[in-house]
Amino acid sequence: MFTSIFGAFESGIIYAIMALGVYLSFRVLDFPDLTVDGSFVTGAAVAAILIVNGANPFAATMVAMVAGFIAGCLTGIIHTVGKVNALLSGILLMIALYSINLRIMGKSNVPLLNTDTAMTAVRDFFDKTGIDGFFNGILTAIGLGDSLPRTWGILLFMIVVTLAIKFLTDAFLKTELGLAIRATGDNKRMIRSFSSNTNLMIILGLGLSNAMVAFSGALIAQQGGFADVGMGIGMIIIGLASVIIGEALFGTKSIARTTLAVIGGAIIYRIVVTLALRVEFLEPGDMKLITAIIVILALTAPKMIESYKEKKRKVKRQLENMQMVAVPSEGKGEAGAALKSDS
Amino acid sequence: MRLVLHLNQIHRVFNEGTPDEKIALDNINLTLDKGDFVTVIGSNGAGKSTLMNIISGVMLPDHGQVELDGKDVTYMTEYNRSKMIGRVFQDPMAGTAPSMTIEENLAIAYSRNKRRSLRLGVTKKRRELFQEVLESLHLGLEDRLNAKVGMLSGGERQALSLLMATFTEPSILLLDEHTAALDPARAELITNLTQEIVDKYHLTTLMVTHNMQQALDLGNRLIMMDKGQIILEVNEEQKAKLSIEDLLNEFQRIRGTKMASDRALLS
Repeated sequence: MFTSIFGAFESGIIYAIMALGVYLSFRVLDFPDLTVDGSFVTGAAVAAILIVNGANPFAATMVAMVAGFIAGCLTGIIHTVGKVNALLSGILLMIALYSINLRIMGKSNVPLLNTDTAMTAVRDFFDKTGIDGFFNGILTAIGLGDSLPRTWGILLFMIVVTLAIKFLTDAFLKTELGLAIRATGDNKRMIRSFSSNTNLMIILGLGLSNAMVAFSGALIAQQGGFADVGMGIGMIIIGLASVIIGEALFGTKSIARTTLAVIGGAIIYRIVVTLALRVEFLEPGDMKLITAIIVILALTAPKMIESYKEKKRKVKRQLENMQMVAVPSEGKGEAGAALKSDS
Repeated sequence: MRLVLHLNQIHRVFNEGTPDEKIALDNINLTLDKGDFVTVIGSNGAGKSTLMNIISGVMLPDHGQVELDGKDVTYMTEYNRSKMIGRVFQDPMAGTAPSMTIEENLAIAYSRNKRRSLRLGVTKKRRELFQEVLESLHLGLEDRLNAKVGMLSGGERQALSLLMATFTEPSILLLDEHTAALDPARAELITNLTQEIVDKYHLTTLMVTHNMQQALDLGNRLIMMDKGQIILEVNEEQKAKLSIEDLLNEFQRIRGTKMASDRALLS
């Protein structure tokens, strides 16, 4: 039990980077970008093939990020220059990337076992410091000693990396360029009237978003020990689920708060899925269905609750109006409202 | 007098070659000198909005030239042109970004004519400037720099839009019925603010309005449009003596029909 939660936490914090990318496109830019399913694999594929061919794993991860950036920019260009619907441009690139990813890898699966990856490098580094022994000592002391994680290094390393990306994102969204990207998602007409090229902002925003997604893909491949051409299926929905869960649980008061919420959402999503899979009648293949249901509920429930409340309010107001119909001065408010809607 | 805006033979047809063909602008000529404040009135479909869209670059004219500050900007993109043009729209929601704070909105307006980079949008120095300009609105917004703009009322948002469009002193200010969607009290507030701000920054302004009284109260020149043409131009001296009655009579004299706008009559 502890090991599986630990594992969920560990991969959750890596997927959180992908979720931050989805937050950037979906929420900040208000662009439903389906490129994610493809660019996640592109990141994994580029990193895996470079590592297998002897490249430095950290450098390979950086190259993977650049590949994701390019993929995102292409979606942006198809949408803005080609004036293709946002969803369709994402799907087009997602499909195109499937073939490209196969070409990059040369086959549908590239194993990374027994290869030096960023993750093994981190693990080896932490092995020497003795931190594992320290944490495992604590666990043993509180009675969880029977299933100890193999290394704490990856978790600690990933917490640092993910938080660094979070803070960079926060800072970026406060720069002049970041503000323009946010305004592009918020009110295109307005930002154009303040001399910003909305097309460029969309392309740049999608590039950055998919760079994060590919980065996450590259790390997941190294953590899991393989890159697979099918590993990105449904990634956009997982990202969206993380964003929605995070926002609902931790709030969206400020940018910094929201990005933290998204990371939390990604981790909680992983833990929920891990726990769900321990339920007898659920199989690993059900995971995508569970995810889809979570997202559907999260998307529809708030609106349904809101419209139910609205209805109740209206019924109540109508009842009040009927009671007050005898009082002539009450009509004034309505006449005012009518005038307003005329002008 | 320095010429700020020069429209030369601007022509624009919608749905050309179809039964719905409509001449929106019919060879319009218009010049605005530095400091001119021109109000534009006219019935629905007179071409006022098309005129605004062509000046701001949202639409291209079929032929004719738009010159701004002595430069031919006819084919310049909307966003490039926006460096020189301040705009306030009719919809109070259109001029601001609702999910961003007041200071962030002002920061966007502030970097209008600068190259946007990785510099911080809201610095301490800029915040002081934002506070100072917000005080001129007398709405207490200077104490709510971190409030999201979506939380403001329509009047407050329009006042903020007006400020954002103007405080970087654009070459020309375009106001497109910017008080029409507000209740009378708010509309008056925004009208007064417009006067104040235009005076303060000596802005060259083109204002479209449905409200004849507003068109008479504000500005130093007035033009009346109908069916894509400018049918009446009134200079400062004549304008001071004009009444709504005169304008309506003038319209009837030129066109031989009554002005077809209930809204114009009502307001």
